[in-house]
Amino acid sequence: MELVKDVPCPFCGTLCDDIIVKVEDNEIIGTINACRIGHSKFMDHKSATRYTKPLIRKNGSLVEVDMDEAIDKTAEILANSKRPLLFGWSSTECEAMGIGVNLAEELKGVIDNTATVCHGPSLLAVQDTGYPVSTLGEVKNRADVVIYWGCNPFHAHPRHIGRHVFSRGFFRNRGRSDRTVIVVDPRKSDTAKLADIHLQVDSGRDYELLDALRSVMNGHEIPYETVAGIPRDTIYQAVDILGKAQFGILFFGMGITMTAGKNRNIDAGICTIQELNQFAKYTLIPMRGHYNVNGFNQVCTWQTGYPFCVDFATGYPRYNPGESGSNDLLQNKEADSMMVVGSDPGAHFPQKALERMAEIPVIAIEPHRTPTTELADIIIPPAFVGVETEGTAYRMDSIPIRMKKLVETDLLSDKEIMEKILERTKEFIASK
Amino acid sequence: MNEIILTPKEQPSVPLELLNVNPDTVAGKSIDEIRQIKIAHGNTEVELSEFFNVKGESSENPSEIRIVIDGDVYNTKRIGYGMQSGEILVKGNASMYVGTEMKGGKIVVEGNVGSWAGRDMEGGELIIMGNAGDYVGSAYRGDWRGMSGGKITVHGNAGNEIGEYMLGGKIEVKGNATTLAGIHMNGGVLVIHGDATTRVGGEMMNGTIIVKGRIDEFLPGFKYHGIEKNIEIDGEVIDSSFYKFEGDFAVKGCGGIVYANASKNGHIVP
Repeated sequence: MELVKDVPCPFCGTLCDDIIVKVEDNEIIGTINACRIGHSKFMDHKSATRYTKPLIRKNGSLVEVDMDEAIDKTAEILANSKRPLLFGWSSTECEAMGIGVNLAEELKGVIDNTATVCHGPSLLAVQDTGYPVSTLGEVKNRADVVIYWGCNPFHAHPRHIGRHVFSRGFFRNRGRSDRTVIVVDPRKSDTAKLADIHLQVDSGRDYELLDALRSVMNGHEIPYETVAGIPRDTIYQAVDILGKAQFGILFFGMGITMTAGKNRNIDAGICTIQELNQFAKYTLIPMRGHYNVNGFNQVCTWQTGYPFCVDFATGYPRYNPGESGSNDLLQNKEADSMMVVGSDPGAHFPQKALERMAEIPVIAIEPHRTPTTELADIIIPPAFVGVETEGTAYRMDSIPIRMKKLVETDLLSDKEIMEKILERTKEFIASK
Repeated sequence: MNEIILTPKEQPSVPLELLNVNPDTVAGKSIDEIRQIKIAHGNTEVELSEFFNVKGESSENPSEIRIVIDGDVYNTKRIGYGMQSGEILVKGNASMYVGTEMKGGKIVVEGNVGSWAGRDMEGGELIIMGNAGDYVGSAYRGDWRGMSGGKITVHGNAGNEIGEYMLGGKIEVKGNATTLAGIHMNGGVLVIHGDATTRVGGEMMNGTIIVKGRIDEFLPGFKYHGIEKNIEIDGEVIDSSFYKFEGDFAVKGCGGIVYANASKNGHIVP
């Protein structure tokens, strides 16, 4: 048995890079340090529902075909579309994403990632107001006030609190006892149970609370007795605690990005952090979900200037979430073909979007059987990044980490599949 | 006024974009030349005549041209994009971006329109007889300078974030508006005749918002200044009693004003 050390985990945006994986005879037989979800990612990569051969739906049922036929058919569908949508990307390597962006440009299509239904509003707010960020290492070593707003890392990012709040840091050598943890959440979540202060905001009224916090910081008196379910005096006390920090950090998640106000909640949140910097050092980090969802936003921004929802229809990149987002294109019935890479919209998109996916040709580059592959006309199974192939991923704080290859496989990587599709698509377009 | 009549044949599921069909771009062109103007259809370009029958008479002078879209163009975007003079009349619904970056002239849409109507508008008049989507008179994504001039009138209801980052001009909504009306407003006038739900004037720096209907919940960042009667905005006197608020104090140096109809908004007075 071989113990492979310092392995990054291909599950969540915390991208823990201290996993030890036990490998024997080209099989993973166990892990050390991983959370239960991360552990099952390593152990179940070869589950019973794993695809090993390309499939094409013929007369209603999926039929095994060779790779050339699957690539050929994929390129033909995409090249003949007026508004092809390339979606997903968050559970694959940056190198495949880069080729995906090239493919979108070649096709004059739209490329988008899962941020569209998760931290997309954060990306919009960042453009409006800025991005005062730090790394997770700085949080561990310096933060004495930690705010978790609208997120429940206890379950969604299981090792996040252990690695960055409970752990001892250079300036916080007692770990958890050196930090004040504030949780803002309408629910008494398991994360809230660990907090020193739980601001139980009314559901969907985060914007009002942020407005109140910022106003108080600017010397304004709150005219109402309660704001968003929080008593006025508690808000004054909260500002007092926030202002006395040495290094504060705001972690925020879906509970604020996807509730009423969306990007405006984050806009107000970022401005709150900027204004807190008049009292103390404050930064923020979005709690990114997929392990490489941030990677797509990085790749897409450096190649096109925009982080997601990029529309190449005119030959140059255009961007407007609300028009060029995956759900906009599907629900408005604009998209006439769709390729899904490294994600599962079939499980997460609204019904109306799925209805459109059922009407148009869908190509899934996907290792496992998922609700998306049930809707797919072509399935191409790739090697599993971080287990069977290496590649680059970006952690939630935008630190790039190299994913490791642990076992051998005959399958092509997402990058190799994308290269083949791009090459064949160019030939189709040239022959038109 | 010379009329050019575009009669839609069918609206495809992949939208069309009339980026370059307005009085300024068709002036001086023959009807045959107008038929051959390239319009965007997804990732391809087609001639205007593929989706519209074109007839009428053009003119050398764009301010003497009225383009009449004689039917429903619910899946056609960017009507009147960057228009400077003349008129456009749409006898049906239109999709997103009607009158975007408009600098002059007049657009009337008899039906409903999609989002971003009058985005970055600098001048002219945009009249929507039906409902409008979100972001009426807003800024381009990521820009902090929205509508700077002209007038938008929505006779029906409007969606979220109308007047976002507005700098100048006037937006009048005869019906209701949903959340975040006048968000980040930096100038201009926004009049909502109906109700305005929540977060009116969020993070506003300057400008004036008048709500004649009900505001369900008001933001804590505003200061109450008492009742004002018969307020005068842009030379027009509005004959009613209003609660006057100043804010949004979440933003440093703010001086925005929100007037809320006194007969419907007793619940938001501190």
